Formats: sequence, C-alpha cells, structure tokens
Amino acid sequence: MPTLETADQLIKDFEILRDSERLDLLLEFSEALPELPARYADHPELLERVEECQSPIFLFVEIDDQGLTRLFFSAPPESPTTRGFASLLFSVIDGLPVAEALEFDLDFPFKLSLSTAVSALRLRGMLGILSRIKRQLREKSAQ
Amino acid sequence: MPIDIDPSPKFAEYADPSVLVSSEWLANNLGRDGLVVLESDEDVLLYQTGHIPTARKIDWHTDLNDVSTRDYIDGAGFAKVMSRLGINRDDTVVLYGDKSNWWAAYALWVFKLFGHQDVRLLDGGRDKWTSEARELTKDIPEVSASNYPVIERDDSALRAFRDDVFAHFGKPMIDVRSPEEYAGDRLSAPGYADEGASRAGHIPTAASVPWSKACNEDQSFKNRSGLEQIYLEGAGLKGHSDVIAYCRIGERSSHTWFVLKYLLGIEKVRNYDGSWSEWGSLVKAPIALGVEPGPVPQLA
Repeated sequence: MPTLETADQLIKDFEILRDSERLDLLLEFSEALPELPARYADHPELLERVEECQSPIFLFVEIDDQGLTRLFFSAPPESPTTRGFASLLFSVIDGLPVAEALEFDLDFPFKLSLSTAVSALRLRGMLGILSRIKRQLREKSAQ
Repeated sequence: MPIDIDPSPKFAEYADPSVLVSSEWLANNLGRDGLVVLESDEDVLLYQTGHIPTARKIDWHTDLNDVSTRDYIDGAGFAKVMSRLGINRDDTVVLYGDKSNWWAAYALWVFKLFGHQDVRLLDGGRDKWTSEARELTKDIPEVSASNYPVIERDDSALRAFRDDVFAHFGKPMIDVRSPEEYAGDRLSAPGYADEGASRAGHIPTAASVPWSKACNEDQSFKNRSGLEQIYLEGAGLKGHSDVIAYCRIGERSSHTWFVLKYLLGIEKVRNYDGSWSEWGSLVKAPIALGVEPGPVPQLA
C-alpha cells in the first residue's frame, strides 16, 4: 500500500502526473484503503455516514492513548472513487497529533490536481469526508 | 452494416424495440464489427476496476461537458471524443453504467443531441450484468482512432432550457427526483451533495414521478404495461403529450426521458438539464412546496 505521506508530498506526487496517471494513482489508493477492524465492522451503527458523497461511505474517528488521530472508513468496492478519497485522507491524516489534524487544510482536496481528471463536482465528496473528520475530532478532543 | 436488434419479446412491446439490449444479447454479440460498448458511470474509477470485455469508457463530466460554459461540448468537441474512442458515425453504440444506468442514459441523450443514429442501452446496466456473474475484465481495449464527422449539436427537439420551462406552464412536466426533494424538505437526493440550489421545492404544476418507478428490482426497465400504468394512467401523460422532465442536474431525468421517448413513444419529450440546480437558484422563478403539484403560476 502507499506509505504514509505528508500532504505536501502527496500534492507534488499528483502534480507531476498526467490525468490518466492521476486516476491510476487514485485507484491504487482506493485499493489500499484499510479494512475496518472487527470492533467497527461488527458495529456499523458507530459509523457516521458522509452525506456529501455520492456513494455510501461511513467513517469513525478515534484519538488513541498517545493523542494521535486514528481514522476508520467503510465504503463498498463499487465506489472506488470514494474509497480513493478516503484512502488519500487516511494517508495524510491518520497518525497526526490531534492539534495538527484539526488544523489540516480544508482546501487540500482541491490542491491535488484532480479537477480535470475527476471533476470539481466529485471532489466536493472528499471535502465532505474531511469536514466530518474534523468535526468528529473537535467533538472528541473537547470531551 | 447496421446490427440487428435484440429480438426479446419484452423489447418488442416498446414503442421503439431497437433501443435496448439484454445482457444475454450483449454477451453473445461482443466483438462484432460495428458494435461499440461504452461504459458511462457516476464513479470515475469504476471502469478501471473491471468492465464488460471490449468496453471503452466515456465520462459524462470530463468528456461530455464543456470545460468553461455550463453546456455540452460542441460538434468539433464531440467529433474529437468519438474519434479518440474509435467510434464511427454508423456504429451501433451500446451504453451501460452504474447507478441503474443514470449516466448511461445521460450519455445516450447527449449522443442524440448530436444525432448519432444507433445508440442503445444495456437493460439493467452494470448492476444486472455483474449480478448475473458475467465476465468483467481490466483489459483496456486497443482502439484505433476513427474519423467521426463534425456534426453540430441540435438542442431544439430534445433539450429544454429555462425559458422553455416558463413557456411550458399548462403542459405536463415530470419531476423525477425523490419525494423529499420534490416537497422541498431537502435540496438533494439522500446521500448526495447539494449542488448549489438556493431554494428547495419543485417547479409548479410538475408531477412527482421518481425515476426509480420505471425500474424493476434488478434495475431493468419495467415492461410496457407497467410503464403505461405509471406514466399514462398515473401521471396522465398521453401519446401526443409535449412533456419536459427534470431532476437536479439532468442525469436522472435522462433516464425518464429515455423511458418516455423510446419505450412509451410519447411525441415530444425534452430533458431540462438545467434542472433544479438552475431553477432553484433562478431569481423570480416560481416554486411550489409540499406534495401537491400546485397551480399554474401567474407570471409577471
């Protein structure tokens, strides 16, 4: 699977590619989205649905005992683009200290050079996922 | 050489039996000269995860929409896309896609704006094909570019603009969105991003007939009598009606447009692709709320 990267690296990775290669890379991320651990797979009610996405995707955010952000997603294989969006966010946000994750750039989806390959309309789905990650984090870090 | 139509008895009952093929027919005809299979999906990566053997990919957004103006590509742009995909003007094109063929129907509608003669839908789309465990491949077919002629788009017969809608009050309109969108309880379908309309509700007088009523559980189209029950008896359309269908950005209404025009043979059917994302933001456009169509508005 793609290794964890910083957002800036990922933006550069996409920038140098042609549109068809950008789609290939997005597909690689899509295929690398980690499976849900059993504690969530067996309890789908714990997951929040991302309404902004055209395809069904559910997410859950945890703060681990070291204060790091942990992300969990569930999206069907028939929705590879949505899975790809989730996996991209996973690669740059999972493991970040909460304070950094809360500051994460909301404009990130639109900096990935995907607007012609994927369309800006579809990219809004990724913004929806990102907004919900941050909202869950805010709520959980306030507890 | 035109390719013979699928002789299924179900299709023979439709007003135009030539516009649909079954998964069985397609499986038996794959690879024929003059037959081009095209996948058109909502999900821009789905084709890459596996598609019907020989199928090429067309994307409703990145291929068929103009990059700057909210409009479709022009004749030169369409010729370029067709030529890149190796499609000739006299080829038989079979479209299929995800989401009950919404985007396949949408692409078919755009093909018709350019007057491509022989375009058909795979009944039941990608869902039915995969549920029957038919073959999928990741192999991208090698295509040699064709020389598709530049044909100017003709919007007059099949496409409605907002001024056409203002002039249409008193004649039938069909809102194919979900009941919640129709009533004004929400701006977009459950699970869908709101695409920027500033008001919720429906165009006054439009009847609510969600697109999905036209489908069986396996996403294939209902048979002719089932469709007549919904659109003729239920929504009051007649064979000679002049009707406009709309949804949110024109994809679900392409699906209904296809049913009304080809399966029921209604005389004049136009798709209002501006749909709710335009009407719901248009200054001074009248809107009705609730479950009733509402009266013909008094326009200033």
